Amino acid sequence: MLVEIGHFALVLALLVALVQGTVPLVGASVRNRPLMDMAQSAALLQFGLVALAFATFMHAHIVSDFSVRNVFENSNTAKPLLYKVTGVWGSHEGSMMLWVLMLTLLGALVATFGRPLPAVLRARTLAIQGLLGFGTLAFIIGTSNPFDRLIPAPLEGRDLNPLLQDPGLAFHPPFLYFGYVGFSITYSFAIAALIEGRVGAQWARWVRPWALTAWCGLTVGIAMGSWWAYYVLGWGGWWYWDPVENASFMPWLLGTALLHSAAVVEKRESLQRWTVLLAILTFGMSLIGTFLVRSGVLTSVHAFAVDPTRGVFILVLISLVIGGGLVLYALRAPGLEAGNPFAPVSREGALVFNNLLLCAGTATVFLGTFYPLFAEVWSGAKLSVGPQYFDATFVPILAPGIVAMVIGPVLAWRRGRLTRALQRLLPAAIGALLAPVIVLAFNRSAAPSALAGIALASWAMLGVLTDLADRSGMAKQPLGTAWRRLRHLPRGVWGYAIAHFGVGVLIAGIVVSTAWRSERIETIHPGDTIQIAGRTLRFVGVTEGDVANYRVQRAQILVERPGSAPMTMYPERRWYPVAQSQTTNTAIATNGFGDLYLALGDPDGKGGWVLRAYYNPLVPWIWFGAILAALGGLVSLSERRLRARVARAGAAVAPARPTDPG
Amino acid sequence: MIPRFILVAGFMASLAAATYAVEPSERLADPALEERARALSQELRCLVCQNQSIDESNADLAHDLRILVRRRLLTGDTDRQVLDYVVARYGQFVLLDPPFEPATYLLWLTPPLLVLGTGIILLIRARRGRPDRLLPPLTEEERARAAPLLGDRG
Repeated sequence: MLVEIGHFALVLALLVALVQGTVPLVGASVRNRPLMDMAQSAALLQFGLVALAFATFMHAHIVSDFSVRNVFENSNTAKPLLYKVTGVWGSHEGSMMLWVLMLTLLGALVATFGRPLPAVLRARTLAIQGLLGFGTLAFIIGTSNPFDRLIPAPLEGRDLNPLLQDPGLAFHPPFLYFGYVGFSITYSFAIAALIEGRVGAQWARWVRPWALTAWCGLTVGIAMGSWWAYYVLGWGGWWYWDPVENASFMPWLLGTALLHSAAVVEKRESLQRWTVLLAILTFGMSLIGTFLVRSGVLTSVHAFAVDPTRGVFILVLISLVIGGGLVLYALRAPGLEAGNPFAPVSREGALVFNNLLLCAGTATVFLGTFYPLFAEVWSGAKLSVGPQYFDATFVPILAPGIVAMVIGPVLAWRRGRLTRALQRLLPAAIGALLAPVIVLAFNRSAAPSALAGIALASWAMLGVLTDLADRSGMAKQPLGTAWRRLRHLPRGVWGYAIAHFGVGVLIAGIVVSTAWRSERIETIHPGDTIQIAGRTLRFVGVTEGDVANYRVQRAQILVERPGSAPMTMYPERRWYPVAQSQTTNTAIATNGFGDLYLALGDPDGKGGWVLRAYYNPLVPWIWFGAILAALGGLVSLSERRLRARVARAGAAVAPARPTDPG
Repeated sequence: MIPRFILVAGFMASLAAATYAVEPSERLADPALEERARALSQELRCLVCQNQSIDESNADLAHDLRILVRRRLLTGDTDRQVLDYVVARYGQFVLLDPPFEPATYLLWLTPPLLVLGTGIILLIRARRGRPDRLLPPLTEEERARAAPLLGDRG
């Protein structure tokens, strides 16, 4: 019964979305206020209905209602409650439900907090959001119904893919989807601006925080996903340039460009057209990311051919959203106001430079990801594009961007002087050149690429520190004054500093862990020892037991290191009888500067076990860096809220100021 | 707070597909040859896996290919010859690092063209946005007068 209510709510939401997507548009074009205001109630109602549907779907998973096909296929009574909940979005249908839940939630947020927006802009934005909701809901109801019944109901379910029964993977889709869907808001704002034919001040004030919020979600989501890959796949890699990863990376790259150019629109009233275009493309990439991964077209053209309904629907939806957006852009963008001019060497100029590099990088990743597909459709040639291609193309394209990322914030707006900026960054430049020399002194065989990477990472981190020291006047002021000035720097500056420093940390993690990892793969018997990275690993033995819905083989390994207390690590293998699948549990000990990473392999049948031991230096910095970047975004966001509150308080005190200059 | 969370989570036992790289029993006695074998393995795709090299996969086919690569190396093949041998048997699809040839011209030439295009766009912008078209910057005195009006926007 609950399931039918959920199903019904989903269909109602579809109808509400249709109303939300049409009536306010008409209202906006004839300037009819009641019709426009319908958008807000529709957005709230649509969210309420989708939330109800989602809740009933989740309920079916929690109580293991196997009369629902999706629950039968993805759950099991023995599965821990946590994974019954997170298993909701573990399947295709469930993930689409999560997607549309986020989409309508964000629509409802715009409806609730968008009161300061001009009525026409708000109505049009919400209407586009409604149309997106309509498309997604139609896709779900038409091709991926989560409420499909299975009569008679089986007694037991098939269990969720054990790989998905893991905290890292269980929690990363909500972040990822929040990021993807967050860009739907900037898309809706962009389309609304194109329909209206202008990008107003309010528009800019709204787009940047949304872009920033979505970007933070996406950053955390990707970081969690890569962390999962790292500890799950059993050999210590953390990024594979896999189509699924690329699908989330492309909107991230464009989103990074978007949030920076949106900042220029907000602060300098420049780059409006470019920002609108980026908003369309970023959400386009988000759609491609979600749907093409889900349709299976990336893994093989044949998966697509077996069940073409979903695939065709997806392609039509993506073409409408991207194609429609671009056509509208081509028609209306020339009419948008021209931005304030700026010199090539200026903060805006540096942002444009990095924007273009980010776009070129995105295009490269796109090409590498889809080339095998194009080639097969085109000429029938089957070829692969592996990590080597991306390393050879993407990395050199983005490297100059890292250099510019440090210089840009030091340049003045509108017109800057490169020599002066470089003078200010001199300490960072010296540090960036010294760092690889120091590394070389300790490690004569260091690869040139690793040294270049270290210089780049040092430049990024030291550049931020130099800029902060400069802004606080540390060189000229007494320390107390400098400290106070540092503390009172605007949140926006702190946000940039934290995020850009995070990028440096991330690069350091990538470079060092790639260049200096050590590896030992041995067959060991109880009592044997392995030496790795100055540590002695002593294999005690393997114990077996039954836990929840799996059977476990657990190795006990004593780790000894001169000068520190010994510790014990337990890498495991698990057997899931219902899903008939074997998984591996790595054991990782980290001290923040490196991970000792152990994975238990197969027994050799004669009492020996394969043990894979890795020492990955600085690998945790990859995720520290990503978290810093996201944190920087949040700090930046917090300033906006503060300023909005101040503005509101100011307005309340002085509602009318006839001599207001702005 | 956040680093602590990572630390705790880092120690937490976790799940994985039993996707495993090279086995100890496969290894060659000669470390130089073994190193070449590992490097080659990373360039060869495991044909039955999803986007994994044979160095990363535990599939039977990956195991067989790893053995095959090592056998060829032992007979004195160069890296190039080993790859050619595998391609002759399994097709271009097996190469993760696509070679530069007519079918991949577009793939390899687009990124440099993109960089070139970026450079051209920047040059055009630079010519168009020559500083003489901009208003002269504010003098110190003007700046001081403008500051209270602009608030912190500067």
